Amino acid sequence: MSETTGTARVKRGMAEMLKGGVIMDVVNVEQAKIAQDAGACAVMALERVPADIRAQGGVARMSDPDMIEKIQAAVSIPVMAKVRIGHFVEAQILESLGVDYIDESEVLTPADYTHHIDKWNFKVPFVCGATNLGEALRRINEGAAMIRSKGEAGTGDVSNAMMHMRTIGSEIRRLSSLREDELYVAAKELQAPYALVKEVAETGKLPVVLFTAGGIATPADAALMMQMGADGVFVGSGIFKSGNPAQRAAACVKATTFYQDAKVIADVSRGLGEAMVGINVADIPAPHRLAERGW
Amino acid sequence: MKVGVLALQGDFREHVSAVIECGHEAIEVRRLSELESIDSLILPGGESTTIAQLAAAFDLFEPIVARIAAGMPVYGSCAGMILLSNRILDGAEGQRTFGGLDITVRRNAFGRQVDSFESDLQFNGRTLHAIFIRAPWVEEFGPGVEVLSEAAGHPVAVRQGNLLATSFHPELTSNLEIHRYFFDEICKSV
Repeated sequence: MSETTGTARVKRGMAEMLKGGVIMDVVNVEQAKIAQDAGACAVMALERVPADIRAQGGVARMSDPDMIEKIQAAVSIPVMAKVRIGHFVEAQILESLGVDYIDESEVLTPADYTHHIDKWNFKVPFVCGATNLGEALRRINEGAAMIRSKGEAGTGDVSNAMMHMRTIGSEIRRLSSLREDELYVAAKELQAPYALVKEVAETGKLPVVLFTAGGIATPADAALMMQMGADGVFVGSGIFKSGNPAQRAAACVKATTFYQDAKVIADVSRGLGEAMVGINVADIPAPHRLAERGW
Repeated sequence: MKVGVLALQGDFREHVSAVIECGHEAIEVRRLSELESIDSLILPGGESTTIAQLAAAFDLFEPIVARIAAGMPVYGSCAGMILLSNRILDGAEGQRTFGGLDITVRRNAFGRQVDSFESDLQFNGRTLHAIFIRAPWVEEFGPGVEVLSEAAGHPVAVRQGNLLATSFHPELTSNLEIHRYFFDEICKSV
């Protein structure tokens, strides 16, 4: 009996198990436990949530291994952590810690403004952000086993997540409508490999699980993204920057499962207290928008 | 036959596809009325803590326990195996299961995601390619439990009466052997 680890199937399969779930940003053990008790399907361990990274400025990097290990020890659900775009040594460190998924994330300050990490070199799976189909397929070509639409992290403004989900969805639908001999030019226009473009045209979906992220702050936001075709939801600053994190976390989990049932979403939305204050994406000068990081 | 697939979280769509390919009617179960309409149930892969909490929050937990006790055939893969086990090791604090199988399951027994693997197994006299993702194994089992497959010296597929559980995910492959075994060997004998 030969056992093979780190295959594309086990990496992509891990993301399949997260589907229909909510992945929550947590900065300490206490928050990780609240997230698990609220029904999160995984947590993202990081030192500062995107809203604080945005407020405090400076260079944002991978979290302290001590902090990540404490969270790994505290919960039984999968633990993810972020590395800077292109920072393959941060990724090597996280792989050695045994994190379950690495997010090569635009929320941290990029380490490479030309290249992303060659993710095929790792046994640990990667999730990457995308604002459109071409970007998603370039990340998959580099070995990403899961994609999340980017949105605009740390804002509590869902409009960019909406735009990215609409863009990815409509570009997939367009590919499905093309003649086979038109896919070569489609690949050129998308700046994505032809083989992946052809696969998406044939299947009508990405070859990996597609979550959504960036600006989701309420149960209604989570259900909106699910109705837009997301397989699941990342909630970053939205939970622990709100008035009542435990209740809001559980509400987002329920709304993600019952995303087609307005009555459930209404019930879980009652009396949640204050949502995160938020920033309108339109008020953020373009150079400070995180979603534009990624190439 | 109406086969329910618990659709609270996880890879329930893949199980629904397998049910349909085997020629049965598939019902996604999120509500008590859906649970009451089915002849058998599949518990998918996913996060066992998430699924248990949602089942409790939407008044499905006790009714599922009651249906299991009343003899409804149930198959669980990975998280589903954990949910069917009477006892768990390395679980979250206070983690509950539906139970029914007289086994002790160790969560994430093979290790973290970097240790997730693919492997060939013997199941019911045939070779099967199996996918293990942060998978549990059966650490101990009672006298009524039949071991159908092993990996690394631990049971990874078990049956007790009308209950079937695997540590691995047949729903992620195109091989329907395990689903057919559940429908043909367990559901039909009820």
